[in-house]
Amino acid sequence: MTVQTMLNRKKAPKIIDAVEFHLALPPYQKYTLKNGVELYTINLGTQDTLMLNWVFFAGNWYEEKNLVAATTNYLLKNGTSKKNAFTINEHFEYYGAYLNRHCQNETAEISLHCLTKHVNELLPVVSELITDSVFPQEELETYKRNMQQRLQVNLKKNDFVAGRLIEAYLFGKDHPYGRYSELQDYDLLQQGEIKDFYKNNYQNGRCIIFAAGKLPDGLIKEIENHFGSLPLHPGKNAAGNIEHKISPAAEKKYKVINDPNGVQGAIRIGRSFPNRHHPDFQKMQVLNNVFGGFFGSRLMANIREDKGYTYGIYSYLLNQIQESGLLISTEAGVEVSDATIAEVYKEMKSLRDEPIGEEELQTTRNFMIGTILGDLDGPFHVAGRWKSIVLNNLDENYFYKGINTIKTITPQELHALANKYLNPEDFYELVVV
Amino acid sequence: MIQFEKFLLTNGLRLLVHKDTSTPMAVLNVLYDVGARDESPDKTGFAHLFEHLMFGGSVNISDFETPLQLAGGENNAFTTNDLTNYHIQLPAENLETAFWLESDRMLSLAFSEKSLDVQRKVVSEEFKEHYINKPYGDVWFKMRELAYKVHPYRWMTIGKELSHIEHAQLTDVKNFFYKYYRPVNAILVVAGNVDPASVYNLAEKWFGSIPAGEKYNRQLPIEPKQTAARKLEVKADVPLDALYKCYHMGTRLDKDYYTVDLLTEVLGEGDSSRLHQTLIKEKKLFSHIESYHTGSTDAGLVVIEGKLVKGVKMEDADRAIEEELAKLKSGLIAEKELVKVKNKTESAILFEDMSVMNRAINLAMYELLGDANLMNTELDKYHAVTAENILTTSQRIFDSNNSNTLYYYSNN
Repeated sequence: MTVQTMLNRKKAPKIIDAVEFHLALPPYQKYTLKNGVELYTINLGTQDTLMLNWVFFAGNWYEEKNLVAATTNYLLKNGTSKKNAFTINEHFEYYGAYLNRHCQNETAEISLHCLTKHVNELLPVVSELITDSVFPQEELETYKRNMQQRLQVNLKKNDFVAGRLIEAYLFGKDHPYGRYSELQDYDLLQQGEIKDFYKNNYQNGRCIIFAAGKLPDGLIKEIENHFGSLPLHPGKNAAGNIEHKISPAAEKKYKVINDPNGVQGAIRIGRSFPNRHHPDFQKMQVLNNVFGGFFGSRLMANIREDKGYTYGIYSYLLNQIQESGLLISTEAGVEVSDATIAEVYKEMKSLRDEPIGEEELQTTRNFMIGTILGDLDGPFHVAGRWKSIVLNNLDENYFYKGINTIKTITPQELHALANKYLNPEDFYELVVV
Repeated sequence: MIQFEKFLLTNGLRLLVHKDTSTPMAVLNVLYDVGARDESPDKTGFAHLFEHLMFGGSVNISDFETPLQLAGGENNAFTTNDLTNYHIQLPAENLETAFWLESDRMLSLAFSEKSLDVQRKVVSEEFKEHYINKPYGDVWFKMRELAYKVHPYRWMTIGKELSHIEHAQLTDVKNFFYKYYRPVNAILVVAGNVDPASVYNLAEKWFGSIPAGEKYNRQLPIEPKQTAARKLEVKADVPLDALYKCYHMGTRLDKDYYTVDLLTEVLGEGDSSRLHQTLIKEKKLFSHIESYHTGSTDAGLVVIEGKLVKGVKMEDADRAIEEELAKLKSGLIAEKELVKVKNKTESAILFEDMSVMNRAINLAMYELLGDANLMNTELDKYHAVTAENILTTSQRIFDSNNSNTLYYYSNN
């Protein structure tokens, strides 16, 4: 008999189960620059590419007026006393480098991706952006006008509108996690307050640096040279001394008409959830996977693959430091929006009523471990994990505890968790049409 | 340099293996030589709908997703005007699971009426989500029809209209499968922490016995040379006026391809590009503008698109773009600008190739173009482009007789 005729296509090949995989988070090396700023390095990889992140504690948590943090972050590269915006952009692009800025809730970043051979041409200019940005009035005006126009376009998109509103319901419109921008907020921005924010939160700000890739000799020294003598401070505790009170909306159900001719409703269903330090957080990540965390989840299997109500439906835990949230998000035809919401609650009920079967749980365990294994591939991904650990004030035990939770959590624990957290009366519900 | 080994199975299936022991993962990628350009004009959107049906169960395996998840794997797929591609990533130890799943759906689908029924709805929702319920969502339906008169690039991958998808029948599905989804029309790439000899054995074991099928020889109408400027005006419920211009360029294998790619970088990719600097920053006519090209296998399009600052007249904005094109057509670009776009390209290639998944997909795509090793000679071709090339190519492409302009006006 040949191999071909023996082939049984109905029988799955043997697999190695996830519990057999030993996942290790490659360690960082930490340096402390002369000014106390901490530099975390991940020296890994085979390619001659680098990623550097300068994380400042300069997110909207620290602003006194809406949009000041985001605007300061955005305009960091729009002019110094020596270079105009064009010269700065041209410099980074000439070396094929990507210089990006991101403003989040507590933190705001500058990130640089470049070929290793060019890094020494780029570090001095990053340093210049941190010490000498001037925020020219003309650049600010152009930014205000263009961002207002972009916002006008986005406000036509139901999913954009829904994303803003649900977080405002969960955390309150005055809380950094729930705050969003209106067109007129841009008109109110003043150059002076941008410059003040820059002075306090960048020039003299709190900063952590991450560097990842196949690190060249001398990189640490170069970073010390360009950043170690700046009047920066070490970063600890992302929230600083500032407290913002969470004030969730009283009303739980909303229907917003955004586009009278709309053919789809943007649906968001969400509740608040404790942060990563809570013992339920990592367990909830497993339950979330079963519920709506990936393509094979119950929400997707039922609402897309069985009913065809939507192109996609997901649930996820918000990536926030102080307080998280559990969100379900989808776009569904207007005529099936109500049915979609009903099915979401049915899936919650089924998780509350009956413990997950062993086979489904094993599939979830293996999928999650496989995904983490893939996510640990390469220096940039490893650095991303470490960044999250450091900024959330955790340590590597958190990573290993998470792996252990995935491998050992029982159907009973998940059942209890569903009964604790998947009750419809705790959820805010929003449809934007 | 991306190393790979190439094998040909007895049924005509091409196999490429790329070994990288620095990752614990493996990727199995299958590319089928069929895209939206192969559809008939009254059944558009079918190649993409079909991609969805590939997840609805195969002849011996009713559920594709669960066994893959059990093996710690994840997968996805995409359809373009030119091709359809499926990729699986999983821990290298469990690679055989990917062979089992992917070979069974090449052998035969389950052809379930239920799956067709559901996926018709899912794709209809995808259509609504991306093209109806979005401001400017219909632009490319109009633009493709303006620029292409005979070539099937005149419709979108999602399909020309919802009704084509809604009317798809199971017989269409079967015919499509047996015409295009055969080993002779496919390319298999396995990459990651794998051993080429064992991969070859696995490929023979799982794919070797699938009937070869008939080679599909594509005979598409060639788009005739455009001889007069085309223009279209549209009014829609959007907040801002927008302007789109398209110019015909050569095919993916045209020797000018690399020049065109750099040309669009010079013109409108990045914050130091010409359109960004002149039209957003200096003249303040646009709030957003960019240029790029479609990069398609058959003759493609160079695109310039932007949103106008409120109050700016469409004609003035258009004229300002023309002035920038005239500058490109009338003098050599500076050496520094040329080096910049080459450096950007080198960097983009290196960053893209960091992911083993991207390397696998790119090997398949280059093999489809004729030779996977093209992947390793790209950078040299970019480096060989001169300022003179940029000049003559701009003159040829940015000819007003080759232009398609869409004025997309805001109603309010």
